[in-house]
Amino acid sequence: MTQAMPHRADIWNVLFGRLSLDALPFLKADTEGHILLGTLFVVLVGALGVLGLITKKRWWGYLWREWFTTVDHKKLGIMYMILGTVMLLRGFSDAIMMRSQQAIAFGSNMGYLPPAHYDQVFSAHGSIMIFFVAMPYMVGLINFVMPLQIGARDVAFPFLNNLSFWFTFWGAMLFMVSLFVGEFTTAGWLGYPPISELQPGTGTDYYIWGIQLSGVGTVLTGINFVATILKMRAPGMTLMKMPVFTWTALCTSGLIIAAFPVLTAVLGLLSLDRYLGMHFFTNDFGGNLMMYINLIWVWGHPEVYILMLPIFGVYSEIVPTFSGKPLFGYSSMVYATASIMILSYMVWLHHFFTMGSGADVNSFFSLTTMIISIPTGVKIFNWLFTMYRGRVRFTVPMLWTIAFLFTFIIGGVTGVMLSVAPADFLLHNSLFLVAHFHNVIIGGVVFGIFAAVNYWFPKAFGFKLDAFWGKISFWCWLVGFWVAFTPLYLMGLMGVTRRLSHFENPALQPYFIVAAVGASIIAMGILSFIIQIVISIMRRKEYAVGGDPWNARTLEWSTSSPPPDYNFAFIPQVRSRDAWMDMKKHGYQRPLEGFNPIHMPKNTATGVIVGMLSFFLCFGLVWYIWWLAAVSFVGMIVVAIAHTFNYHRAWHVPVDQIHAFEQSGNW
Amino acid sequence: MIGDIRNGGSLVMRRFLRLCLDLLFVKGVPVTDVAGTQYSVGANLSIKAHMPMTMKYFRGFLWSSLALLGGCHALLLNPPGDVARQQSDTMIISTGIIALIIVPVMIAIAVVAWRYRASNSKVRYEPDWEESPRLELVIWALPVLIILAVGAISWIGTHKLDPYRSLDRIAPGKPVTAATKTLEVEVVSLRWKWLFFYPQYGIATVNQIAAPINVPIHFKLTSDPMMDSFFIPALVGQVYTMAGMQTILNGVMSKPGRYKGFSSNYSGAGFTDMRFTFDAMTAANFRGWVAKVRASGGNLDRKTYNRLRQPQRHVPVKYYAHFQSDLYQRILNLCVNPGQMCMSDMMAADAGMHMKGMHGMRGHDRHMQAKPSMMTP
Repeated sequence: MTQAMPHRADIWNVLFGRLSLDALPFLKADTEGHILLGTLFVVLVGALGVLGLITKKRWWGYLWREWFTTVDHKKLGIMYMILGTVMLLRGFSDAIMMRSQQAIAFGSNMGYLPPAHYDQVFSAHGSIMIFFVAMPYMVGLINFVMPLQIGARDVAFPFLNNLSFWFTFWGAMLFMVSLFVGEFTTAGWLGYPPISELQPGTGTDYYIWGIQLSGVGTVLTGINFVATILKMRAPGMTLMKMPVFTWTALCTSGLIIAAFPVLTAVLGLLSLDRYLGMHFFTNDFGGNLMMYINLIWVWGHPEVYILMLPIFGVYSEIVPTFSGKPLFGYSSMVYATASIMILSYMVWLHHFFTMGSGADVNSFFSLTTMIISIPTGVKIFNWLFTMYRGRVRFTVPMLWTIAFLFTFIIGGVTGVMLSVAPADFLLHNSLFLVAHFHNVIIGGVVFGIFAAVNYWFPKAFGFKLDAFWGKISFWCWLVGFWVAFTPLYLMGLMGVTRRLSHFENPALQPYFIVAAVGASIIAMGILSFIIQIVISIMRRKEYAVGGDPWNARTLEWSTSSPPPDYNFAFIPQVRSRDAWMDMKKHGYQRPLEGFNPIHMPKNTATGVIVGMLSFFLCFGLVWYIWWLAAVSFVGMIVVAIAHTFNYHRAWHVPVDQIHAFEQSGNW
Repeated sequence: MIGDIRNGGSLVMRRFLRLCLDLLFVKGVPVTDVAGTQYSVGANLSIKAHMPMTMKYFRGFLWSSLALLGGCHALLLNPPGDVARQQSDTMIISTGIIALIIVPVMIAIAVVAWRYRASNSKVRYEPDWEESPRLELVIWALPVLIILAVGAISWIGTHKLDPYRSLDRIAPGKPVTAATKTLEVEVVSLRWKWLFFYPQYGIATVNQIAAPINVPIHFKLTSDPMMDSFFIPALVGQVYTMAGMQTILNGVMSKPGRYKGFSSNYSGAGFTDMRFTFDAMTAANFRGWVAKVRASGGNLDRKTYNRLRQPQRHVPVKYYAHFQSDLYQRILNLCVNPGQMCMSDMMAADAGMHMKGMHGMRGHDRHMQAKPSMMTP
């Protein structure tokens, strides 16, 4: 399936592969070119502004020493959250473009995006939102919170953690580069063949390599988290005394370890098809696209729960804290989480009931899908009964949680409707389906992320987020979500399907206009979130808080805000589930002397370098610049081997430093 | 599973299930379970007479709530095609059953959150209450019961409305008999148009399909080369079309009219325009339509087909009075053109190869073309 090289002297093709000036879409004199030129201008101005500011303020050394090369799980967690937020802006711009195209493209008006561009936009929107918004947010949260919750000083493999971040980061950058150099795939966020295979150009190659990079990062992270949770819990914290968020992190990591290799394998097969002309997924020589669709969903459905489970954990921390009660039915919650983990592997076929598998197969997957809603329903009841006979404080995190409960229940109902196989024959590929998965992803995951950010921000930075702008952001998101997606539900029931760039029936236009209005309300929600962060930073003195601003229950609140590098001067002894609440009840006094030096990992630049080389490797593969790919690949191996000879990977935090912090920290 | 519930479930559960099943199918319907045993569900119920009313009421309720939201024509809640309507019924009934649990839960969340707000010091506060085995039994049992009911509906509906299963009725109360004739239509999704063969009439069309009302339609579908999804929402739920493979769909339309059909699965730049019309008409009008196609159309042979299969957007309706008789089979078996070996032959050869232990053939190799008997003429 390899694409013809540009017509020019061979030496240029050796040097630049299939990269040429024609591959730069912003140089083209059409609408797409103009849009991209404008975007490029804004991005360049923004990037130069940021880089200039860093240079002027002489922050490069600080950023390099304290952030880029860090192995501290807290800082890596924060970097993941920043990456997720930046990519959210990108993915959301795609959403706005789709909404505006669909709002105007009726009858003789073809809209402003021709199919070739529109199809890239919806593919980019989906893949960016899942791989580079939801995943970094989720990994970032677990990274920051989980080690603190289990009373550990870092994750099990701190260097690996840094490396994973840079793989994810450069995967995202590959997606961003595709905006200006070449193109993105038009095959949708899952790259179904045959279209992903028959499509010439670099779009699908960008897609494949961007995801492969982030996929490697994610698998390494999953292994890291499992090792951390299983081996590094504070003494006394048995599995059934772990906070629920940590439980969900464990289950999610298990899912990652089992599911992501499938994704890597299936995209590997697709790239063999594309690069070496094999036919795993096209008809020649006995290939079959069904194999791809099955495999990608064997990863794809667990992925939904990889995103969702930690967020269930977030709610399970927030509801008890703000209800002033322990979580109701802890064991139920744990078993529900674990059973969702197992069941999520047994439902993938519900994404294609319409492939003609036959009634017995479809019934099986329909039933397993419905069975998943049982443990999920149990969780809803658990949160409900946690509030029951409590003292509910309607803080910003709690508002997000309550909005989640209502929104997610509706998403669950529409999910069960879709899981009824005969009904799915009508609803498949419809806007009803689109509304459903946005309902659970936005109403579940995104609401949970915002709840979590508002909840743990004071722990990370030592001051609370502004509640006024937090509430504005919350209401914009909630109202915007329903205004944007109710019309999609309705149109789905009218038989309108997804991914269309133009419509003939003028009766639909009002619905799309309402949906576009909803999207702009969400845009205001995102803007308010940014304002909230900026205002809170400006008023950080006013909003400063101690170690436990919410009167919370788990161990992360027992240390300073922000925590010291070593998290805990003494590893806590755990006696019950809500360990910190238990310590508070029994009049815990923090020891202020008698410290020992603490053994901590040292920063390393290996992750940054290997990550950057991996970017050049993938860029070379996308553009057939084989020398670049080969050099980068060899470079990665050499740097990795060199790293194994670095024997100075740890240091001891001296006692006087610990002593000074423990006396002065923000408790 | 249904058998277990029928025989072993409690009386309440049984009645509830029967109610749902009966809502769904009105009359006792034969269902084949995994093991192949046939049995009848939903029959012999005293409450049967009320069921159509309940259904009507429920549909009306959904309609009016939707009307409040914008007065849209929610086709999928009230499709005219008998199969689509039954599929829609499974959706509506399962929604109703889930509503039994989620409406109270949503009210409870609102009430509990407000009642136990921090400023309300009048209500009881139990800061250490964290478990109640009895309550936990209930919160596991409630979703289990609901899912049992919805699962039963899906299980039966999936079997009864399996697109591969021949229709057993033309309309409620009108079973298919030995005398019922079926219209055969062979469908090929192309970039980005639809090709329809009528083998019983020797005609073919592009982007238009016609059928007499109250006659079961049996679709065989394939694609060249993309994956599309054949969907006439008014008639019957969709099914994928895939190159080199054949899927099946059965439907019947009772109301004459012009309905929309399209591909619901993204297949490239022209996918948005991949629309066709489905005209349901009286038997006499259908005969007239066939005559019109025969009178006005050309011949669809391999050459015409190769032109037709080139990617093209906004393709107008085309009629063909004749088509090369084995063309659909050749499209399906990826051997339209000379020199291409049909997959069916290849499979036969493979089977033979294993039987006889033939040498000199390496799998699905181009060498196979050397055997003249297997080549396209």
